[in-house]
Formats: sequence, structure tokens, C-alpha cells
Amino acid sequence: MYTALHEAIIQGQAVATATLIARASEDGALPIGTKMLVYADGRTSGSLGDPGLDRRAREDSMALLEAGENRSLEYADPRSESGSVQIFIETFLPAPELFMIGGVHIAHALVPLAKVLGFRTVIVDAREAFASQERFAQADEVVIAWPDEALTGRLSANSYVAVLTHDPKLDDPALHVALNSKARYIGALGSLKTHNARLLRLREAGFNDEQLTRIYGPIGLSIGAKTPAEIALSILAQIVQVQHQE
Amino acid sequence: MISEILPDIDRWLARGDSVAIATVVKTMGSSPRQVGAKMAVSSTGSIAGSVSGGCIEGAVFEACQDVIASGRARLLHFGVADETAWEVGLACGGTIDVFVEPLR
Repeated sequence: MYTALHEAIIQGQAVATATLIARASEDGALPIGTKMLVYADGRTSGSLGDPGLDRRAREDSMALLEAGENRSLEYADPRSESGSVQIFIETFLPAPELFMIGGVHIAHALVPLAKVLGFRTVIVDAREAFASQERFAQADEVVIAWPDEALTGRLSANSYVAVLTHDPKLDDPALHVALNSKARYIGALGSLKTHNARLLRLREAGFNDEQLTRIYGPIGLSIGAKTPAEIALSILAQIVQVQHQE
Repeated sequence: MISEILPDIDRWLARGDSVAIATVVKTMGSSPRQVGAKMAVSSTGSIAGSVSGGCIEGAVFEACQDVIASGRARLLHFGVADETAWEVGLACGGTIDVFVEPLR
């Protein structure tokens, strides 16, 4: 069971475990610790020891995978007339991804902080000198390509995008793709003046105000950040805030 | 977060240790860690992860060793005034249920 769970986690698959953690009566036939694995597509592996219980736990596991929550649930014990069993359903979701557009010094400061917070880190820059593997040895992935090429098809509700180059040639294509995606967070570095100019360009490109309110700009929580590390902290503080918003 | 402790678990298994996993399965009131927080313990006494702010780690470590020895999973309950089963309490005033199971 551990091997299958381990493999799903390493491969970045969403998976849940349903584990029998308690039962009301001592004479129940279902042993404590019995476990079933449930994948997001509904496939299962293992059994809780009863087909009816498996079916209900599978349904609840899929709902909890969707919600990204862990919960202890009580079910009627199929092996006893009045007893109940407690099943702990735990979901393991792929790590959220932070896409940093621009191999700049703030991206350099963001990578280690983001990793500590559980993000998979991706650097995107068309300029190879900026986005070298050597410069970003700690990043999980370095993509040397134009941001629109690199991001197309990669962004989901589990994606966070920080646009950091200050250069419309690189920033704007990234924002176009991000705004047309389900990305959970889109932040853009630059002063209020830079940001207003950016919003004008994006309006001209056809984005409406409602779409543009998705962009956090100037990026980061206002904590008076000055150094790259402090700016990285303010960006991640904002990202964490967005992560916990419902 | 299991991904934080996977590398440790793999290392212990590779050297032939047995492993128990403790998971926070329920909390009431204030508690330092969320449901799903995990601590892994090896038969040679290594620890990875945590299930509280340090208040119950000692007791959970002992339970992990018992579970490794017996091979039988068990559910532990910790609360403020719960002195019957365990000589530990949570300073924060909450209660935590921790499930301890042998890794299979």
C-alpha cells in the first residue's frame, strides 16, 4: 500500500487514503488500520473489508479530493447491527506550482522561500543568461522559452504566477496566458505607475476590468519590503493569503 | 505534509528499519497542527515530522515504538485534562486524536 501511495505522490497524482481508525465494538471483524487507496479518477486499490463500506468511502474520498480536505467520517459498521466505524480520509494533492517569469534577482530569492512553503518552483525566461540552471540550481524546473510558449497548457487552479521582468515584451505575453487560465494567483512586479501602464496595454489587448482585477499589482503584501529577500517574503505572504481564501 | 518526510522514511526502509506513522486525524479547539500532520518514527529511534508543537511528541514516539513491536495500529486521544491514558496534556487547551500505524 505504501509503495502505491509513494508512487502516486512522486508522480504528482492526486490520491486519497481511507483508513479504518476506530470501531465502536471490540468484536468487529474489520481490523483497525485497514486501508484503501482512492485515485481522483475513481480507481481504487485495496479494501476496507466490505464492498458497501468501500463504495461509500470511495465516494467521500473523491469529494474530499475535489475539496482538498482531510476528514474523519463515521459509517455504520457493516459487521455489527448498531455499531459504527470511524474512517479517516486523507488526501494527497500534487504540490502547488509557482511560475516565476524572469530569471531576476527576486526570482532567485523566491525559489528557496517558496520551496520551504511546499511549492514546486519553475523559472521561465527567454534569456538564457538569466535563466541558467547554474544560477537557479535550487529551482525544480528552468524553462528557457518565451513565457507564452512556456505557460500555455501548464496553468491550472493549482498554479501561481509571479511576473517579475519589468519588461512588457516578456511580462505581457505571460499575463495574457495567465489571465486566460484558471491560475489561482497572478502577481506582477512594478510600481503603481508601471502597473497602470500595464493595465492600459492589457485593456487595449481586449481584457476587461473584471479579468484585470485578478492581477495583484504592485505585487506582494505591503510590508515595506526593500531587499530582494524581503520582496520575496511579501510576495509569498500574499500567495499564502490567497491560498487560504475560500 | 507527507512529502516532507518521504525522503527520511525511504532512507530508514533502505537501511532495513521498521517504520510507524502517526497522523493527526481529528482536532477540537485550538491545536498547533492541522488534521493530516504526520510524524514518522523508525525502529532505531529516528524521527521526522511532527504532530503538535512538541507537547505530545514524546508520548507519540513511545506509541510508535509499541506499534512497530506489536504490528497493531491504534488510535490515541490527547486532551487538556486527559490523565487517564497518558501523562501528557496540551497547553493550548485543545484535544487531538492521533492514529498510529505500522508502515506496510
